[in-house]
Amino acid sequence: MSHFDVELDTSGLNCPLPVLKARKALSEMTAGQRLHLIVTDAGANQDIPAFSKMTGNPLIETKEQDGKLHFILEKGAA
Amino acid sequence: MAKKLAIIASKGTLDSAYPPFLLASTAIALGFEVKIFFTFYGLQLLNKELNLKVSPLGNPAMPMPVTIPSIIQIIPGLEWFATWMMKRKLKLKGVASLEELRDICIETGVELIACQMTVDLFDFKSEDFIEGISRGGAATFLEFAGDADVTLYI
Repeated sequence: MSHFDVELDTSGLNCPLPVLKARKALSEMTAGQRLHLIVTDAGANQDIPAFSKMTGNPLIETKEQDGKLHFILEKGAA
Repeated sequence: MAKKLAIIASKGTLDSAYPPFLLASTAIALGFEVKIFFTFYGLQLLNKELNLKVSPLGNPAMPMPVTIPSIIQIIPGLEWFATWMMKRKLKLKGVASLEELRDICIETGVELIACQMTVDLFDFKSEDFIEGISRGGAATFLEFAGDADVTLYI
């Protein structure tokens, strides 16, 4: 995986908690920092890219490993 | 300018309480401005103590472990059982509790508006409701909904 500054593991949590927790984590980060988000909610495959697009926090990487989804989100400038 | 989401929450059962709070909290996370207008049975969602229930009675689509004929569903305790079962399932599947979602809505600035007419109609008391809600009527909702990008009646 690419480098990251903050890790957030939402394993076991269902929609919409991963998105809500990602928003909170990103709000406490500075522009350019990267969040490693771990999700087991299968809907996240669509939800996290939508969240990224709508909030201007670019999705750098997506990976599935050991039944979990891993996302690297970069905190946008806005 | 931020997108706007306007929701009317008109139902007060445990299952129907989820969509308004779930969509509102998510919309805030996506940068929307959100207002929920609570009317009729939806006002129960503003009570300090949420005591919402779900019933299989009159709801043939509700999955039950065993099929229970409608005539039997009036027995006392069945509604309690169905509610207990639903709450257990929600927890088991990692779904947020209603209290948790509502708290997130309040913390993140969703405006919660109680319909004044139905508050008066049911003689609900202000002290039964959570803090920080506002009051309004049909025009209050329509003023916001008129400019909203998404409007939902739940």
